[in-house]
Amino acid sequence: MRPWYYIFSAFLVLSLTAPAMAANSITVKGSTTVLPIMQRAVEAFIAETGTPVAVSGGGSSNGIKALLDNSTDIAMASRKMKGKEIKLANSKNLTPVEHVIALDAVIPIVHPSNPVSNLTSGQLKAIYEGKITNWKEVGGDDGKIIVISRDTSSGTYETWHKIIMKKARVFPGALLQASSGAVLQAVSKNKNAIAYDGIGYINNTVKALSVDGITGSAATAKDKTYPVARTLQIYTSSAPSSAASQLVEFILSPKGQDIVEQAGFIRR
Amino acid sequence: MRISRQHKEMAIHGSFFAIASMSILVLTLIMIFLIMEGLPIFHQISLPDFIFGKYWYPTDDPADFGILPMITGSLSVTAFSSCIAIPLGLMTAIYLAEIATPRMRSIVKPLVEMLQALPSVVIGFFGMVVVAPLLQKWFGIATGLNLFNASIMLAFMAVPTITSIAEDAIFSVPEELRAASLALGATKWQTIAGVVIPASLPGISTAVILGMARSIGETMVVLMVAGGAAMTPTSIFDPVRPMPASIAAEMAEAPYQSEHYYALFATGMVLFLFTLMFNVLAAYIAEKKKQIGTASL
Repeated sequence: MRPWYYIFSAFLVLSLTAPAMAANSITVKGSTTVLPIMQRAVEAFIAETGTPVAVSGGGSSNGIKALLDNSTDIAMASRKMKGKEIKLANSKNLTPVEHVIALDAVIPIVHPSNPVSNLTSGQLKAIYEGKITNWKEVGGDDGKIIVISRDTSSGTYETWHKIIMKKARVFPGALLQASSGAVLQAVSKNKNAIAYDGIGYINNTVKALSVDGITGSAATAKDKTYPVARTLQIYTSSAPSSAASQLVEFILSPKGQDIVEQAGFIRR
Repeated sequence: MRISRQHKEMAIHGSFFAIASMSILVLTLIMIFLIMEGLPIFHQISLPDFIFGKYWYPTDDPADFGILPMITGSLSVTAFSSCIAIPLGLMTAIYLAEIATPRMRSIVKPLVEMLQALPSVVIGFFGMVVVAPLLQKWFGIATGLNLFNASIMLAFMAVPTITSIAEDAIFSVPEELRAASLALGATKWQTIAGVVIPASLPGISTAVILGMARSIGETMVVLMVAGGAAMTPTSIFDPVRPMPASIAAEMAEAPYQSEHYYALFATGMVLFLFTLMFNVLAAYIAEKKKQIGTASL
């Protein structure tokens, strides 16, 4: 027999068995912020139960859309479902159930060489509105402030927009980055930059600022003294499969919450 | 059972026709989908306000859906990258087709074409991590993520397209033309400038326009290195937000069938019109100036 015949039969066997395998597996889609938690949790979950789980990112809205289309069992979201989405779900006779799995603090970051270590929320607002444009106005070295923001549809931006900006507009000259990773990269390469990122992404290539004198951390986010915090959640349909509810329980269990912490986020 | 030759021929014709119409059908369906998902935004905002609006705040209440900064961003990035890529690409093509020895050509041509195989995300990452800090240092500018950086990276991607198409066009100029020119006493350079290039102009224009179309539609690089400020640029060191970057950055988070979602699809329609225009132009020039034999020069 020729080689292609083997390849063809292998393909045939695979395509026949794939749906059978998928029957009691779980799919998870959505927010890229929640993704690092989910990936670790799913690894541990598979090791424990042997249930196959397929995890993919794509953004909160895509996850919620997939849940409403029945093309995923669990949706990850770094924001709460919007009124419009809930209405759409109800029109399809669905009532998605929310499970808060972690807390996230959004933390302003600057280049490690920047002498500034604290900003008030008023100063942050003025910087993002383009009203304060030089670092020396807030106690730093002379230099134009390069304002970096997430694009307006990101969940992290939404938290920033609501709490720091009080719904005022970020000025159009701000550099918009499409992902948390890109934000971190851009700040670590520019000594005049300022940005904000979820606590799970902060590492030693950047310097974290405190807000109103309060350092963002697990403790300050939990006791609600740190102002810029949000919840991360997953959504399931009202009647999840037994495997899916098992995964949700696993993430909410102490073991799952340990994983949340290992991923750099805060227990719920 | 033996099938007659005629039937066999018909079957071949039929299957080719079916496959060709399938790809046209798919393309049409994509266009219809794009239009259906884009048009609803115009219930909220008029077409001129959409095209000429200066502010893009899609998630505010009330929202602003002006894509002028994105259009100027796209056009300026395309224009600057063309300024870099066209001379580079054409000179490489002329060198390969006319000047290089066959041995040299067999080394350089695959190398240039290999550039095309570089994943755009790799080029984007290179621009972000290596080029941006260098630009910042050399030019003493505020940020290296800007129009200039994006143009350089896009030029990287357009050069192989321009070179390989233009080289094919120059290479296929009939040998008699060169021979006639040289026989009249023209030097090699005079032959290239006065005969070979004019004769291959349709091919060269197609190469240039397709290279530009590649730059205007490219997404990953502009998403990573253009800076993303939705502001009409006033200098080449300003950050910009071309249309593909805006769509790629926001689509994943725009609530399904919300105004924002429709606005992004409408942006996609505008982008599609731009690339379509480039392609129609390329086809038109190639058709109009088509070289038939050696007599029409």
